[in-house]
Amino acid sequence: MEKVKCECGHVNPYGTYLCESCGKPLIEEKGKLANMRYEGVARRSQTYTRTFVDKIWNFFSSVKVGIWIIVVLLLTSSLGTLFPQEMYIPPGENATIYYEQEYGTLGKLYYQLGFHNLYSSWWYMLIIAALGISLVICSLDRVVPLHRALKTQRVTRHEAFLKRQRLFSETDNAENIDEDMIKAESLLKEKRYKIRKENGNILAEKGRFSRWGPYVNHIGLIIFLIGGMLRFFPEMYLDEHVWVREGEQEVISGTNGEYFLRNNEFMIELYDEEDEKYQPALERAGGPVVKTYQTSATLLRREAGGTIGSETELAEVKDHDIRVNDPLTFEGFSLYQVDYKLNELSSFTFTLESEEENTDLTDIQFEVDLNDPEDVYEFDNGYRIEIVEYFPNFVIDDNREPTTINRIPDNPRIIFEVFPPGTDHEEEQGELSLVGIQVNEPLNGENDYAIRMTDVDMVNVTGLTIRKDRTLPIISVGGFIFMIGLVQGSYWHHRRIWIQNRNGRLVLAGHANKNWHGLKKDFKYLSDETAFPMPVDQSEESSEEENEGVNESHDPTQR
Amino acid sequence: MIQLSANMLYAAFFLYILSAVLFAVSITGGKFKNRKGEEDNKAGLFGYITAILAFGASLTYFITRWIAVGYAPVSNMFEYTAALGIALGLAFVIIHPIYRNNYLGLFTMPVVMLIIAYASMFPREVQPLIPALQSHWLTIHVITTVIGQGILAIGFVAGLLYLVRVIDFKKTSKKVKGVEFIIYTLVATVAYVGLGFGFGAADYEANFAYINEQGNEAEVTYFLPPLIGPNEGELISEQGMSPLVEVPAYIRSDDLNTVVWSVLAGLLLYGLLRLVLRKPVGGAIQPVVKNVNPQTVDEISYRAIAIGFPIFTLGGLIFAMIWAQIAWTRFWGWDPKEVWALITFLFYAAYLHLRLSRGWHGEKSAWLCVIGFALIMFNLIFVNLVIAGLHSYA
Repeated sequence: MEKVKCECGHVNPYGTYLCESCGKPLIEEKGKLANMRYEGVARRSQTYTRTFVDKIWNFFSSVKVGIWIIVVLLLTSSLGTLFPQEMYIPPGENATIYYEQEYGTLGKLYYQLGFHNLYSSWWYMLIIAALGISLVICSLDRVVPLHRALKTQRVTRHEAFLKRQRLFSETDNAENIDEDMIKAESLLKEKRYKIRKENGNILAEKGRFSRWGPYVNHIGLIIFLIGGMLRFFPEMYLDEHVWVREGEQEVISGTNGEYFLRNNEFMIELYDEEDEKYQPALERAGGPVVKTYQTSATLLRREAGGTIGSETELAEVKDHDIRVNDPLTFEGFSLYQVDYKLNELSSFTFTLESEEENTDLTDIQFEVDLNDPEDVYEFDNGYRIEIVEYFPNFVIDDNREPTTINRIPDNPRIIFEVFPPGTDHEEEQGELSLVGIQVNEPLNGENDYAIRMTDVDMVNVTGLTIRKDRTLPIISVGGFIFMIGLVQGSYWHHRRIWIQNRNGRLVLAGHANKNWHGLKKDFKYLSDETAFPMPVDQSEESSEEENEGVNESHDPTQR
Repeated sequence: MIQLSANMLYAAFFLYILSAVLFAVSITGGKFKNRKGEEDNKAGLFGYITAILAFGASLTYFITRWIAVGYAPVSNMFEYTAALGIALGLAFVIIHPIYRNNYLGLFTMPVVMLIIAYASMFPREVQPLIPALQSHWLTIHVITTVIGQGILAIGFVAGLLYLVRVIDFKKTSKKVKGVEFIIYTLVATVAYVGLGFGFGAADYEANFAYINEQGNEAEVTYFLPPLIGPNEGELISEQGMSPLVEVPAYIRSDDLNTVVWSVLAGLLLYGLLRLVLRKPVGGAIQPVVKNVNPQTVDEISYRAIAIGFPIFTLGGLIFAMIWAQIAWTRFWGWDPKEVWALITFLFYAAYLHLRLSRGWHGEKSAWLCVIGFALIMFNLIFVNLVIAGLHSYA
């Protein structure tokens, strides 16, 4: 592409609108004011339009496209909140029927369109990816030429450039120009402007670094999005759940069996209903309100030398009360209090009773650990009781066979076989009975012996989430950079004031990328302290014309 | 202490009224003359001082309630909404000295009052904090967010001011309807607050026995006369009347009843205004604001958004993510409130891009400011009360 040489001698890339050095308009445009967006630089997207890559580049470099992507993301995101996402529907509910059952036809459609998992759907990911690409290309397309233009800008600008600034004034035969310019220089320095001089002309500039704010925050966003993407690599992210019974310890998954957690005690504390301060609110709530969920836990570590599976020594690493808002953390792992179960059955104590009198069975008492029952219980007086079958969570399945849902003793049933003294447990069959809570049924005819439950032990169980997220540092850095860029671009403003002495003719012009009010105040300060006039806001002139008649004419009650 | 804090909020409310009146006087009062016969209308200055005093009173409410309840008072609908009103007052107190625009004061003060009055419609008693809220991040996250939203709300007020100033109310157009709808919404909110206060003062209560969604018998209390009755409802209190319509159990009939009342009373109030004014309400306000420089209010609304957006992002997204990581094990979980905070963020991001790169100034920009505030209120009211999620504490 041909370069364009400006009359000032600077060679500009093809497509430049305002000369990078002196600001002379190289391409004529309608209107009174220069379009100062990106300093009138030539952008790659507007220069090259030939190849396929150019076309892709041009598509994503458009802010218009970028805004459309934002709007599409915004609208689709809102759709996902119409009904709850699958992860938030009540546990145990089946999504295939839940949505239709709860929300009717619309719910069914919601489910069929995949909106119940909208935020992890491929097309939602695609929109986010498009946003990421748009961020990168938009930024690159603008930041490079903008940087060059701001670096090469000359103090002495072309008059056509100055004339087309929003704030502009010219004074013929101004008196004391030189004195006033020296004064203006010190006044502007006082206002923390950076002053550059050339041929007796002044460029006062302030807050240029705020122009980089948008690009800095876009870099932060890109890092953030990359961080979010890394989650899909297995080593980066762990999300597990573990139940730990009081007094027991469980291995912490993801640590290769190195770390264990012991639950010393789990407790729930409620707000005192007698407390005057909270009484009205508690009455409104209509039930107790929880104050604390807490697991007093000990972190244990396998001693060096032990192998997995063998009985090894575990050393205590630290104690921590895990609460909501206060997880236990170690080596990048965090253990969170998320769930609990009170009074889970842990053991039954049984005795044996007989129909016949004078059988002494007082010695026979045994405890069955419901999480790890023994197979056989033998007694000194010759009795032997075997556990034939154990169903921790008993149900009758579809084939009308007894079975267990899982290993959690929520509804335990045990089939016992009782062998009185003198029977051969290998050859003969003992009396069978099915025993559970409020259940005691003989299975093979009338039984002489009955097993009686005399005691029940229960424990509290805590539910913890084990989380490791190695993307967090990246995401945090991204978020931090984003915030810096946002503040940099929002709370500082790039302002420039040009003061030129053209053989006794004073030319003033000003430009701000935002906060014109502040720039005008600076000009006001100058005109108060020197003989400089207050520049005219050329955009106001034109908008006044447009608005003329709006306020006067259409209200007849007005004078 | 709680009583003191409640009184301070009342005091703030009345000071805001006074401030609004003073700003009105500064604009419509014409040219006062002092003893020397010079023009001297100080009402604007007094209005601003009163606004500072009002903010001081509301801040005292906030601090005393903080001491009384033992945590930052931003944990439920009453506390948060009141804090939003206070934050809007704060934003005004900060922005007014920069632009010294009395019109902004005239428009902001009633909105502050309306938000505080709306807040007081929610239960005000001291609430025990559930475990998920017991964190310093409650203070950090919510207060930052509310300040951000307060400043963004200035963008809305300035945008509305801009629209009332420039739109041609003589012709019927979508724009006129749009502004009138905004005004109607504000009027309906006034109606809602008025009804709440009125029937509250009269101790109105109607109790119904009804069959709830699970098919069980339950009771519900109405604080407004029941136009909309619950499913198979039966009046069991002395006060009350038989409802005109009965709705199925999956609809919260008492809330719907309140909404219907507010909509109708709002329509009545708005209709009366139209009848008296004989023109669109915006058109009636327009002469008052004829001296407003549209460019200035446009810049105010943009500045407010440029200042508020980073603060909102910090509080509503970044601090929110940090806290979510600590309390809920993950920094982001697509909870409705989170999604709507993201939507608000995206919306204002689109606004900034449209303004900076596509030159959407003036009217278009003003409409966007209005929609942005609508999103904030939607996230506060609708998402909390209707789309239940992890954030529904009230």
